[in-house]
Amino acid sequence: MSEITEAPHGDLLVMLRHAPHGGLWLREALDLALVGAAFGQSVSLLLMGDGVWALLQGQGPGPLGQKGSQSTFEMLEMYDIERLYVDVDSLEARGLTRDDLLLPVIGVSTPELSTVLAGHRQIFNF
Amino acid sequence: MRYALLVLGGPYSHQAAHSALRFAHAAIARGHRVETVFFYHDGVYNASHLAAPPQDEPHLVDAWCDLQRTQGTALQVCVAAALRRGLLDAREAERHGKSGASLEPPFELTGLGQLLDIGQTHERLITFAP
Repeated sequence: MSEITEAPHGDLLVMLRHAPHGGLWLREALDLALVGAAFGQSVSLLLMGDGVWALLQGQGPGPLGQKGSQSTFEMLEMYDIERLYVDVDSLEARGLTRDDLLLPVIGVSTPELSTVLAGHRQIFNF
Repeated sequence: MRYALLVLGGPYSHQAAHSALRFAHAAIARGHRVETVFFYHDGVYNASHLAAPPQDEPHLVDAWCDLQRTQGTALQVCVAAALRRGLLDAREAERHGKSGASLEPPFELTGLGQLLDIGQTHERLITFAP
């Protein structure tokens, strides 16, 4: 059954498709989302592919001195970024379940992705 | 059509910057306008005026500058992404106590708000990523 209870909509959709610690993709994608929210835009995030790893619990600062993704994700609510879509097939393919995630998410099946994309005026793909 | 391009790939390491330039030239040849190119993520390395590729390879930095000179295309670089990667204009170099600048006009340092603005003011924004 679909978890999308209202038609996806918003000004800005930021797609996260890279795992959190191998580069700056996640950090710089979230920076854009936060700037959008600070400018009063309605912002959604969509995590798919290896991007779903970013929501795994316990992503704190590591030995390389990265800040870790957990603290940034915890800031999202403060910026009113509340719609967090996750491709459930990507979760399943990596042996992950919702219980492994740090925040509540809206699960999206692969056929529903187009609905999410179509509901946003501007899309950035990281 | 009024286009903007978002370049996320560094020069030479990935195809993204080459493709973006080729897209720009093709669009212009068809009578479109490429009004703005925004460099973010590793794409900011495209703005290093210190780049010195071998003479028998395409000079991407010069190619971007040509685009600005011939088409008036604005070349905008995310300041946060640039500073952490060592891309500083004269003002930032002085502010951070660095001995030299690595970025100069026609490239300009700007904020991410500008990228969101570009998405709204141009008819199309095309992303080129590795």
